[in-house]
Amino acid sequence: MRGREDEWTGLMRSAMAGDDAAYHRLLRAVTPVLRAAARRGLARAGQPPDQAEDIVQEILLAVHLKRHTWDSEAPFAPWLFAIARNKLIDALRRRGRRVFVNIEDFAETLPGETPQETASTGEVTAQLNTLPQRQRDVLQSIAVDSASIKDTATKFSMSEGAVRVALHRGLAALTAKLRDH
Amino acid sequence: MDTDQLIRSLAADNTHRAPRVGAMLTMALLVAAPLSILIFVTFLGVRPDVMSAMHNPFFDMKFAVTLSLAIPAIIISLHLSRPEALMRGWGWLLLLPVGLLAVAIGSEAMMAPAMPMTMRLVGKNSRWCMLAIPAMSLPLLAGALFGLRHGAPSRPALAGALAGLLSAGLAATLYASHCTDDSPLFVATWYTLATALVTAIGAVVGSKVLRY
Repeated sequence: MRGREDEWTGLMRSAMAGDDAAYHRLLRAVTPVLRAAARRGLARAGQPPDQAEDIVQEILLAVHLKRHTWDSEAPFAPWLFAIARNKLIDALRRRGRRVFVNIEDFAETLPGETPQETASTGEVTAQLNTLPQRQRDVLQSIAVDSASIKDTATKFSMSEGAVRVALHRGLAALTAKLRDH
Repeated sequence: MDTDQLIRSLAADNTHRAPRVGAMLTMALLVAAPLSILIFVTFLGVRPDVMSAMHNPFFDMKFAVTLSLAIPAIIISLHLSRPEALMRGWGWLLLLPVGLLAVAIGSEAMMAPAMPMTMRLVGKNSRWCMLAIPAMSLPLLAGALFGLRHGAPSRPALAGALAGLLSAGLAATLYASHCTDDSPLFVATWYTLATALVTAIGAVVGSKVLRY
């Protein structure tokens, strides 16, 4: 587990230094751990586990938009688990339950425990449809059609800079809508 | 959108670099400060006898107290903007102004009193103090909350309270140069009440706007 967390810290350092592939690997590596913890939190609150994926996506968005608050001298896992814990508490509260979430819920996850993604990712998709057209188009193109920034720019006859701005604004708007809805 | 797709879009946005919270807070406070200073010069102004007042240690002590509140509050609010941060080990910094005031009250008590205690306590400006410190705090509080919104505090109400303390500390620093009540008893009573009010506002607003 120690090794896993050290690996995360290394990946995050590379990501912050501009290595997009390392960032992608990191987000993929932490997702199963977040998923397991979200399921455990939902189970403890007596909620069906099929909402876990919505929570995982909310956590990932928060991690992304707040990654400048991570101190690159500090280990990554405690920072990640603190964000995950806050988002999980928020999500459960919104569903009408007051619950206590232990930080251990995250750290405890066994390496072999990798639950599969569940189908329902309704919240992000629903909020995606409320975004301005351009942001939605860009997000769809990059996320769903796996187009590069460059290809997306060509497709919508935008500059690459404009695509980047629309992408970032779209992600920020999505996060705000999920938080406030 | 499934999670793998979301992750792909996040990775594509990795080039976006946000400034540090400290930079945002500094900028927001620098934008807000002129408003507070405007309130100060319009309605208050530096007391006319400021040159001779500076030789009075109790006058100087007021600035030591207000700055020993504002500076630690800024440091702690930045610390708390990290999600994994705990208050533990940092709270004692906020005892600094309390300790300074206690020392000042003690040393004033040992001197021959220039005025009766009730007069030192109530002073001439208590109502102004209760009005001016919160009024000058509000632009700074708004700025501090705006800057701290950039962070990710796990306890938004606590972070908001710190924003209140830092803005009250800065506003009280301005006010101290206007007020002719230099007794530490006055400071301990009225500055504290005004600060408590601003801190409560900060906590309430912070609990809403500092969630991320």
